[in-house]
Amino acid sequence: MPFGALFGTLAVDSGLTVAQTVGFSATVYAGASQFVALQLLALSSPIWSILIAVVALNFRHVLYSASIGRHLGHFSRGEKAAAFFVLVDPLFAAAEERVGHRRLTRSYYFTFGLMLYVGWSVSTLLGAIFGGLIEDQRAFGFDLILPVYFIAQTMAFRQRAGFLPVAGVAAIVSILVYVTIGSPWHVTLGGLAGIAVAALRRPAGNGAP
Amino acid sequence: MSDIWLLIALSGLLTYATRFAGHLVLSRFERVPPRLEAALDAVPAAMLVTIVTPVFVDGGWLERIIIIASGFLALRLSVLQTVIVGLLAAALARSAGY
Repeated sequence: MPFGALFGTLAVDSGLTVAQTVGFSATVYAGASQFVALQLLALSSPIWSILIAVVALNFRHVLYSASIGRHLGHFSRGEKAAAFFVLVDPLFAAAEERVGHRRLTRSYYFTFGLMLYVGWSVSTLLGAIFGGLIEDQRAFGFDLILPVYFIAQTMAFRQRAGFLPVAGVAAIVSILVYVTIGSPWHVTLGGLAGIAVAALRRPAGNGAP
Repeated sequence: MSDIWLLIALSGLLTYATRFAGHLVLSRFERVPPRLEAALDAVPAAMLVTIVTPVFVDGGWLERIIIIASGFLALRLSVLQTVIVGLLAAALARSAGY
């Protein structure tokens, strides 16, 4: 949520109206790509180039929806449409963790999903209105919330087959891509490398433990 | 300024498309092949770990140590507990001047 407030603050600073700022969060609802769009806007990049960056950064959602979609069989069409709209990193992580040990219910998915969505929109609004009040996010360690959260969430999948090679290769390739090609490709290419390890690792059905 | 609204609408549409596309493609399969199944099961660990990369590379040693230590901490603690301990450690270390 501090990132929602930060986005609100930065967006208003860079000339968006409060309505546009909140509209961004409520419509796109994908933190990292919103920050990148702001950065590119400030450089007055053409719209098409901003859109390419947004899609590149959000490409991981294709894999999220393929993966979590397998567990939404009992959702109706409309529920699926809503479910995919709110499918963000933390919800994906929590839902995948959930299917590891029990059924993914509508109430669990939508309660958590709605909480995140409302939290993101409201914190954007607060940031847009009261921006600048939180002067030093670093002093409180807020800049580390997401990294620590995601590393902890990654570890929650350590019981899955091939966790170490998958996460290890993804991390290494991601770092190499980040320092060579640059962001946002470190997410897509690093992730695909880890996924490729899982696909190649075990020949259909029974393999070495 | 209407440009901004156009950008918001198109970004929103494209992002929603990425969130729907994977499921749309996958639901065409009658049976999901085992290799694809294994690949999809690897999605969370492989993708989530890459989100940490920029802070890990661009951050100082304090940030790197906190991220790695949080990974180990998560073996024993819940995600929420890990985040709280990690943030406290970062705030303390920084107020001590690191």
